Amino acid sequence: HQVLRVIPQSDEELQKVQELQDLEHLQLDFWLAPRGLGLPVDIRVPFPSLQAVKAHLEAAGVSYSIMIEDVQALLDEEQTEMLRSSRQLPRTTDTFNYEAYHTIDEIYDFMDMLVAENPNLVSKLEIGRSTENRPLYVLKFSTGGTNRPAVWIDTGIHSREWVTQASGVWFAKQIVQDHANNRGVASILETMDIFLEIITNPDGFAFTQTKNRLWRKTRSKHSGSICVGVDPNRNWDAGFGDAGASNNPCTETYHGPYPNSEPEVKSIVDFVKSHGNIKAFVSIHSYSQLLLYPYGYTDTPVPDQQELHELSAKAVAALSSLYGTKYKYGSIITTIYRASGTTVDWTYDQGIKYSFTFELRDTGRYGFLLPAKQILPTAEETWLALKVIMEHARDNMY
Amino acid sequence: SLAMELPPSHFPAARAAAVAVGYLRYLRGGPGRGLELREVRRARRQDIDDVGHKYYLELELEDVLDKDRTVNCTAEVLYHLGSKSSAPDVQVTVQGELRSTEEADKEFYNRIRSLEKELVAENIPDSHGNVPPELEPIHLLAWVASGYVIWQNSTENTKFHLAQVKHVKQVKRSDEDLQFDYVLLLHEMVSQEVLPWEVAVLWHPRRGARVSRCHGPGAGN
Repeated sequence: HQVLRVIPQSDEELQKVQELQDLEHLQLDFWLAPRGLGLPVDIRVPFPSLQAVKAHLEAAGVSYSIMIEDVQALLDEEQTEMLRSSRQLPRTTDTFNYEAYHTIDEIYDFMDMLVAENPNLVSKLEIGRSTENRPLYVLKFSTGGTNRPAVWIDTGIHSREWVTQASGVWFAKQIVQDHANNRGVASILETMDIFLEIITNPDGFAFTQTKNRLWRKTRSKHSGSICVGVDPNRNWDAGFGDAGASNNPCTETYHGPYPNSEPEVKSIVDFVKSHGNIKAFVSIHSYSQLLLYPYGYTDTPVPDQQELHELSAKAVAALSSLYGTKYKYGSIITTIYRASGTTVDWTYDQGIKYSFTFELRDTGRYGFLLPAKQILPTAEETWLALKVIMEHARDNMY
Repeated sequence: SLAMELPPSHFPAARAAAVAVGYLRYLRGGPGRGLELREVRRARRQDIDDVGHKYYLELELEDVLDKDRTVNCTAEVLYHLGSKSSAPDVQVTVQGELRSTEEADKEFYNRIRSLEKELVAENIPDSHGNVPPELEPIHLLAWVASGYVIWQNSTENTKFHLAQVKHVKQVKRSDEDLQFDYVLLLHEMVSQEVLPWEVAVLWHPRRGARVSRCHGPGAGN
């Protein structure tokens, strides 16, 4: 295979390059996607498609250079890995492998198994559909009551943050086990419900598994742009469009054309509003090892700053107690960066006082590509922090 | 003006620390040594009129191949005014000795020199975070290369990490250096962009590493 670099100099050239993106059978891998005129596009072209791609470009007079010229074909380690782990399909959630990364279908199957095994505790809700029409599933854990005060947890809103979806799967099983053994969150479930959305951005997740492991955004196409996707953590109606997000569709923090333009976001907004009784909302990301509370869009501290700060300290202490993992905590804007249109700024402004964002392991050694053997310790330690938050919400009902 | 104390948990200290660590990796890293930040112990900032912002840091690091030991260092990072044009000035002082990598370096050097075909590899780590053990030195050398890129391209508004080695190819040389041409994906935290950088690194067990060529993904020629 070869890696070609194209620098489109005109709209016609840009168009020609974009056309290549739609030709699935060529199996092209864009290391650097088209962003605009004069900006490089890097395309990894498998050997069988080389002639076709070069012909396509040459016929249109688009010049390209060969960035990498490789003679040998390389084994695709990760494809083999995925095949290996899916060869033996787990029959129950007890035989499911929590120490590996899974495909969307494996996680959907897991959810169905969990519900089937625990019909009195767990149910699966479809709160909407993604841009590419994938279902948006939320697991509801409830021991009864009607519209009990609830905790919401989401993972995978940014698709490349794989340790989060993997942790979400583990959390689901943990809730069930705690309930069965009358320990841990069993006491919380006596008076509260837990909602868990494990694959919050399924289109992005699918893309990370097939095309680009480091894809972050949704996969929506808004008219007038060659670029795909909106940052689902800049698309909420809290300081929407202010500093801390981008209005350029070709960037990773593009906020979208308007708030809630993304069905992945709108479905949660609609759910939260119609539920009306969510008391704690936790949105989980990676990486950096941080526990964050609002605001991201403004310097003004939240009215509940002191309580959230103290609660964060407790939650982080619990997390660290397990494996010594060090976390920092604080408001989004002071701890990490200014960010507008974020999830927890919106949920906080809706009146959900205990609104938190986690950034899980690690601090950059592996970053998004966290080794699978760290899934379990990450999920276990994070769970301790989540319990602190849930218990505090239960004991400080408002 | 006086240096003001910064909360170590806030981002300005973290960003300056990342620059210092990048610089230190470039200077002292190698196929047998990867230095990682454990904690920012203390940070101060001084605004120098007509010059820029200078950060004074006390850092706790570890060698990823010798995690039980603590490496303490102090660093100064000066971001120049109008910083888009020049790299920050960095000074780092490591307290005590770093663990010797002489044997590991020699072993790596001889192994690569004795390869019949030039080494080529992709996606380090792979999607699942795996790094085959024989490629770990190549991964750590990529940290050296990315350390250079991070040092040269950081501002107070950026925080870079190496996301992945997209591609690496050994280039056989007639002199005694090893040469590796990398395509590195760097993740920038504030913009969240992941962009490719082409970096050619020369390395020798006694002389250490130097970047001989470095090309970013900016606007085309």
